[in-house]
Amino acid sequence: MASAAPQPALRVRNLRKSYKDVVAVDGLDLEVRPGECFGLLGPNGAGKTTTIEICEGLTEPDSGDVEILGMRWNTHAKLLRQRLGIQLQETQLAEKLTVFETVRLFRSFFRRGPDPDAAIALVQLEDKRNSRVGALSGGQKQRLALACALVGDPDLLFLDEPTTGLDPQARRQVWSLIEEFRSEGRTIVLTTHYMDEAEQVSDRVGIMDHGRVIALGTPGELIASIGAEHLVEFSAGENMLDTAPLERLEGVRAVRVSEGAVRMHVAELHVAVPALLAELARQRMPLTELRTRSASLEDVFVALTGRHLRDE
Amino acid sequence: MSERYNAGPRRNRLLEHPLVRLTAVRFHEFVREPEALFWTFAFPILLAAGLGVAFRNQPANVLPVAAATQQIARALGAEPLLSVRRLPVAAAEDALRAGKVVLAAESGVGGSVVYRYDPTNPDGRAARLLADAAIQRAAGRADPVPAGDSLVHEPGSRYIDFLIPGLLGMSLMGNAIWGVGYAIVDARRKKLIKRLVATPMPRRYYLLSFVLSRLGLLIAEVGAILGFAVALFGTPLRGPWLALAALCVLASLMFCFLGLLIASRARTIEAASGLMNVAMMPMWIFSGVFFSSERFPAFLQPAIKALPLTALIDALRANMLQGAGLAQTAPQVAVMGVWLVGCFALAVKFFRWR
Repeated sequence: MASAAPQPALRVRNLRKSYKDVVAVDGLDLEVRPGECFGLLGPNGAGKTTTIEICEGLTEPDSGDVEILGMRWNTHAKLLRQRLGIQLQETQLAEKLTVFETVRLFRSFFRRGPDPDAAIALVQLEDKRNSRVGALSGGQKQRLALACALVGDPDLLFLDEPTTGLDPQARRQVWSLIEEFRSEGRTIVLTTHYMDEAEQVSDRVGIMDHGRVIALGTPGELIASIGAEHLVEFSAGENMLDTAPLERLEGVRAVRVSEGAVRMHVAELHVAVPALLAELARQRMPLTELRTRSASLEDVFVALTGRHLRDE
Repeated sequence: MSERYNAGPRRNRLLEHPLVRLTAVRFHEFVREPEALFWTFAFPILLAAGLGVAFRNQPANVLPVAAATQQIARALGAEPLLSVRRLPVAAAEDALRAGKVVLAAESGVGGSVVYRYDPTNPDGRAARLLADAAIQRAAGRADPVPAGDSLVHEPGSRYIDFLIPGLLGMSLMGNAIWGVGYAIVDARRKKLIKRLVATPMPRRYYLLSFVLSRLGLLIAEVGAILGFAVALFGTPLRGPWLALAALCVLASLMFCFLGLLIASRARTIEAASGLMNVAMMPMWIFSGVFFSSERFPAFLQPAIKALPLTALIDALRANMLQGAGLAQTAPQVAVMGVWLVGCFALAVKFFRWR
């Protein structure tokens, strides 16, 4: 079905939305291809939820154009509702109902889709079928929310912060479910402020800040765009280090010093680290700490904005 | 378009209708809330039982009086409606002040008798008449006209009979307004309404499910209160049953929509319960739940008569106590109809769907 569709699953053009004096979305453009999992990554307050809720037809934009599965909210609202699966941020489902009653209720709103029990099996909640929602763990509640998003057999799935507040194991469980949905050919749009989540599940990532998409691409492309595959972080203790020679080392793209620690963006570890050690020996500096790691989307965000994703 | 999943066993299409599912969910939520069950069923019954006991009609109102002398006491003792205590004058005055007796009789100068009582207390005035008649009769007065009593003990004229329609009306109001208002604001606070609006659910079904579930509960609720009143107090149900049922349905719909209107914008339980109390408090006081609303000054009467609960209780009393049919309660039905339509229209207009 989606294979023959020439148009993007979601196209957003020049979207704007302000609340009183806050500009939430500031001229955003976006295109999501059919069958891909698209991650909208950004810090809290970047405008991710406003953007996704406008796409879901829950919030009216000030201006701009949103086209979903070739349709628009003002002309095809009813049809669109049947074809979208939605999981909102921080919805609390009715605590007194059982898992089955909840999924059955949501199923009754859709013309087609899996049987409630099939939807429950899909998110692996079979053994909680008759438990009250109030008795579920955070991860189980989140999987129930996914089941409610899936009962209409949606072509496009919107997931707003699907793993916020979950423990690592529950997060991995949700990720593997998202993987599964994508492998069934559904298009998925998710928002997150976890760079590991965006890297893990997204085919392409849009990095959002202050209501705009400031970078777009596959996680690999984005990381490559900051010109460094790896980071080397070290400390020379209390000693005064001359960093100028470091910048001239082979394969080093950037050097930053903060609070006594030095961070270098480098292309190849096996070249940069020996060169660094040689330079420290030349300056007769002791090495009190040395860490290397692969660059992440977090580093892309820092490189682009000078801030961290989670500034707390 | 290929199905990704097996649609599963075919279920009854009517049972899987969104309106049926939404209404079923309302029922499930209600019966799993022990507090709601208490306020709906146990509370009005406990209240009726308590008030019924407190205001039970004593088997003839015997008035306590004090007598200062043996002679007066003997004369008063002949009157069955007086209960006489021998008390010295000073002690009698204390008892009078404390309300333990309503009248004190003592001997005055020249063989006369003096009655000491509070003329603003009807019991005091009644005791004065009874005591004086008893003393005059003991002294040899003959009644020129012989008189006898024919006593009336009819259900329907007791306080409990007056009270039951009031409690029924109050309970219909409270259950509808709290039941609908609380559930809606709670769902809005939890963003459940927003989540439902994100599905293809027709919005009218959501509102309708509250009304339908309330009407379903109405049968149990009215049945419990009236069954209790009839079984325990012998409260009369003189009017046509269908007219009584119609009044209850109409009232429940009206209060449902009032609850919907109260909850149409509120985002927090605190805001909603404040609004609910503001709406219900005047009716608890003015609408004649516990005593007749006629006791309020005449200039307030038009406003009091326009209150939805006044209209309901007046109509319930007319039906249950005076045997009135729907036609005789037309003015009250009209008032309720106006409230029903007005609240519904405003609630739909202002309802916040997120």
